[in-house]
Amino acid sequence: MKLYEYMAKELLGKNGIPVPRGEVAGSTSEAKQKTEEMDTPVAIKSQVLSGGRGKAGGIKFAEKPEEVSEAAEELLDMKIKGYKVDTILIEEKIRIDQELYLSIAIDPVNKKPVVIASKEGGVDIEEVPEDKIVKRYVDPKWGVDPYVSREILDELELDQIVSKQVTKIMKKIYDLFKNYDAELVEINPLVVSGEKVVAADAKINIDEDALFRHKDLPKISDKTELEKKVEEMGLSFVELDGDIAIMANGAGMAMTTLDVISYFGGSAANFLDAGGGASVELTKQALEVLLSTNPNAVLINIFGGITRCDDVASALIQVKNETGIPVPLVIRLMGTNDEKGVQMLKDNGITAYRMMDEAAKKVVELAKEGADVDGNIG
Amino acid sequence: MAILVNADTRLCIQGITGHQGSFHRGQMKDYGTKIVAGVSPGKGGKEVEGVPVFNTVAKARQETACNASIIFVPAPFCKDAAFEAIDAGIELVVLISEHIPVQDAMEIMAFARERGSTIVGPNTFGVITPGQCKVGIMPNRYYKPGEVGVVARSGTLSYQIVGDMTLNGIGQSTVVGLGGDRVVGCDFTDMLELFEEEPNTRAIVMIGEIGGSREEAAAKYIKEEMTKPVFAYIAGKSAPAGKRMGHAGAIIEGNRGTFESKVTSLEEAGVQVAQMPWQLVDMLKKDLSIK
Repeated sequence: MKLYEYMAKELLGKNGIPVPRGEVAGSTSEAKQKTEEMDTPVAIKSQVLSGGRGKAGGIKFAEKPEEVSEAAEELLDMKIKGYKVDTILIEEKIRIDQELYLSIAIDPVNKKPVVIASKEGGVDIEEVPEDKIVKRYVDPKWGVDPYVSREILDELELDQIVSKQVTKIMKKIYDLFKNYDAELVEINPLVVSGEKVVAADAKINIDEDALFRHKDLPKISDKTELEKKVEEMGLSFVELDGDIAIMANGAGMAMTTLDVISYFGGSAANFLDAGGGASVELTKQALEVLLSTNPNAVLINIFGGITRCDDVASALIQVKNETGIPVPLVIRLMGTNDEKGVQMLKDNGITAYRMMDEAAKKVVELAKEGADVDGNIG
Repeated sequence: MAILVNADTRLCIQGITGHQGSFHRGQMKDYGTKIVAGVSPGKGGKEVEGVPVFNTVAKARQETACNASIIFVPAPFCKDAAFEAIDAGIELVVLISEHIPVQDAMEIMAFARERGSTIVGPNTFGVITPGQCKVGIMPNRYYKPGEVGVVARSGTLSYQIVGDMTLNGIGQSTVVGLGGDRVVGCDFTDMLELFEEEPNTRAIVMIGEIGGSREEAAAKYIKEEMTKPVFAYIAGKSAPAGKRMGHAGAIIEGNRGTFESKVTSLEEAGVQVAQMPWQLVDMLKKDLSIK
């Protein structure tokens, strides 16, 4: 779960890491009122969950108080990479003498947290040459002891006064990373301003699987309304931009179904993993969601291990009888109780395939016919 | 012969009286797994279908000499359960549960490394040596003893591919699920190393997916160390960047974890990569001269 910049900075501040003085506003008038007592110049930053905000014009500066409301109005009107700007952060502008990069992330290969630091902050870390980056793996049992920071800072060759402050910050962000179950704490840039070191921008991602331990944190989602709805049902769902709706059981199977569709020249409208052992009712609800997106065709690809094929079949029959299925639907059923499921479908006038490739080929064909009839796609 | 589990494996089930634990106890028993103990705090002294239940893993190990454990407890309690198993000296710990916090997973792996336990998972379907022993939740009927080792990140996709192999007369030495999470105990490389040493395994099938760099690491290992043929299929070619495709580990971040990078490095290492899952069977048949 990504936190907005202002939330990330609140957490940093609360944990003893210096951040610029800032005010949050959700409207132009609020921005005006909250900045009346602030010194100018200020930076006005749109709060969205996507990167590349600066390049998209999502950060503005104001030299005089009256410029603040103007900039606020413009930003609150913006959409950045599909995200509407609802909130802005107005911050004192800090003098920049040097920009550093500092983060703690998870390294899946070493299965340990990793501290990444560089003297070249302010840009995307992937653009910094390898030899300018210092990486140090941290034993989760010991954390970042002062000597670990000294080793890192020694490589960075920073001046003594700055080093001392960064050492303290490193320990504190590691503690924050650990205590809040973060997947990533990134300060970029960590600005050296005179003799002070300040976190000028910050990203914190919290592990969603650990939210049960952090009831005080807000729930933030960058998912679409439909994605949220389906995920509340306990299924895994991502909206894509093709025209064939997909339901499969298991994440690997759902991903493969997308690939198979594209192999035969079609494109998927979504990724829906109905999981292992979804009930009749849940399968039915999932199918109804898929139909609500108005696809040209639907493919259900089930390889039943825990999932019982007769359960899938009865959900399908229920939907067909209760609401009707307005688009071509292709189903592939194999695995636990497949013979029973296939027979049930047959009795209700639905043909089921046994092989994934045959079913995928068929659904692509049907989607194209559907598109021609509707004239949706050329 | 096999890797990780065989007919001599003595299994303990942590969470044996729970819903999942009791269902899969039955399934594993039907497969012939030697289930010697169950653990369910507060229910020690009872029995479940002939299996003695203990309050702690330490006691279970002491009384039954169990050497493997499968954990069916809710995610928030998994770290404790895994630590308990590792501390009791269990050699193989299979963590089925999904949604274990990633920091807990890192701590589990660190402790396991210290004590020399092997962790499979979390978020895995487990390990099976067909005809001998099943420690997991995979459907019993798709597996057949044979000479191909299979290692996968995803459950259903591996059932699909293994089912296809079995249908075509290609049996498996052992099938291992690494797990769909970002931090898991075993990687492809660890399993390739074991399969390389295992005399009855003639070839290995890797079922990978987008996200992380485990397949790339495996490619490096294959190029440098492997003498046995390796075949692979990678899921997620058409998945968009930045979206988590069901598994916590299946996400393309920045330019890391892409399909292309995985396929290229595997092919450069001499691995035959199937475009579609059903093509693996033909590749295997050709290589193993199975009619």
